[in-house]
Amino acid sequence: MSVYIQNFLKFRPLLMELVTRDIKTKYRRSILGVLWTLLNPLLMMLVLSVVFSHIFKFQVENYPLYILSGQVVFNFFSESTSSAMSSIINNAPLIKKVYIPKYLFTLSRVASSVVNVMASFCALIVVMVFSGIELNFTVLLLVVPMGILIIFSTGIGLLLATVAVKFRDIIHLYGVLITALTYLTPVIYPISILPAKIRFFVELNPLTGILNMFRNLMFYNTLPTVGQLLTSVTIAIGTFLLGLFVFYKNQDKFILNI
Amino acid sequence: MSEIMVEVSNVSVKFHLSRERIDSIKEYIIKKIKNQIEYDEFMALQDVSLTVEKGESVALIGLNGCGKSTLLKTVAGVLKPFKGSVRVYGTVAPLIELGAGFDHDLTARENVFLNGAILGYDRKSMEKHYEDIVEFSELRDFMDVPIKNFSSGMLARLAFAIATIGTPDILIVDEVLSVGDFRFQQKCEKRIQQMMKKDTSILFVSHSIDQVKKLCTKTVWIEKGKVKMIGPTEEVCALYEQAY
Repeated sequence: MSVYIQNFLKFRPLLMELVTRDIKTKYRRSILGVLWTLLNPLLMMLVLSVVFSHIFKFQVENYPLYILSGQVVFNFFSESTSSAMSSIINNAPLIKKVYIPKYLFTLSRVASSVVNVMASFCALIVVMVFSGIELNFTVLLLVVPMGILIIFSTGIGLLLATVAVKFRDIIHLYGVLITALTYLTPVIYPISILPAKIRFFVELNPLTGILNMFRNLMFYNTLPTVGQLLTSVTIAIGTFLLGLFVFYKNQDKFILNI
Repeated sequence: MSEIMVEVSNVSVKFHLSRERIDSIKEYIIKKIKNQIEYDEFMALQDVSLTVEKGESVALIGLNGCGKSTLLKTVAGVLKPFKGSVRVYGTVAPLIELGAGFDHDLTARENVFLNGAILGYDRKSMEKHYEDIVEFSELRDFMDVPIKNFSSGMLARLAFAIATIGTPDILIVDEVLSVGDFRFQQKCEKRIQQMMKKDTSILFVSHSIDQVKKLCTKTVWIEKGKVKMIGPTEEVCALYEQAY
């Protein structure tokens, strides 16, 4: 175990460099640069709230904020897992030539998404202030749902990265799955409008719990119950351990398939 | 007794050559049910043993596809041996393919730090080496240019300069000295010789027997994945040249 920790510490600078590279190359040659991480969710919020608040006439207070918060959480999940999925394949030239702990590539993709989500979170705070909603101390507790979300996404990311090395199909399939998941998570609609049958499925989705926790802390100053917290934490850590295990068991075979 | 730095004992490496690569889940399941997944096995290395002592430089020679690079990759930790074990005592600087870790959209300066991190150096120690890298690669005017605009010679110079910073315990060189012009090749050889003086062990692959004779004391001749002969460079090279 201590060997692994030592190895991780040795390569921690690489993790930093990989994250900076991701962010630098993403916004290279764009005029607004990193500002896009802030602008993107804002513009999306604008589009979605114009479309859906008029068509569906949902009865949600501050609908734009509702959407934006859903977007922040869900986009982090979809971005981090999708980019983690291709992390091993994309770094094939490197993996073939130099020894590097391979999970670093997957981890670095998730870490880049964490940086991005912090920017979009700033957008959320800005909108909150402009809409005149009071910011409470509970906002500080948002690190809890975000932490759970990061662990959960890392687990899924490790799983996807492993599977994608062997079966490239998953890359195409996952795009569809993510779209399905968007509708199975209460991002744009309130969960109360769903009929009981569908609602059951939406509540099975681990992201729903995390998102509810997020919104409750952000807007309604309500703490999650111990039960909610335990369920989310258990699912997240379970997924993470599963992902780590599957990745660890298969990592020596990666080089034969990339 | 001198200290052993690399110990390769009875290593075999096996590759599956699946005739048609199965890339989709559907195919995989269908073929699995029909029991049609066949692999042709290919032994890239069979029962190879060798040791490298401290400060010693060992050359690997052999024809294309005989397993030299596979052996280097197992020493570098990229490939896991199917049988046997590889023990490496100390830090390894792999010069297996120059510029493997380059990101072509980043500038030369950014790539220096990225590649340094791949070799396990943090930013601080890279800053110390930075001047040396710029100096050695002779690219001072181009450090802020994205390296996609570099010529292959420039890339090779930069990569070699980065890979040979510090004093690794073991340097692995795989045919990388054939890049660059004559003057730069000499410069690289000189640097390798300097490292040898500082007790760095070297594992060297080259098709140029002249280079091998110049740099290495011990030579391992590999043929079809097996060690054909180990001995002093002079002897092995003489026989090798006779054979082909």
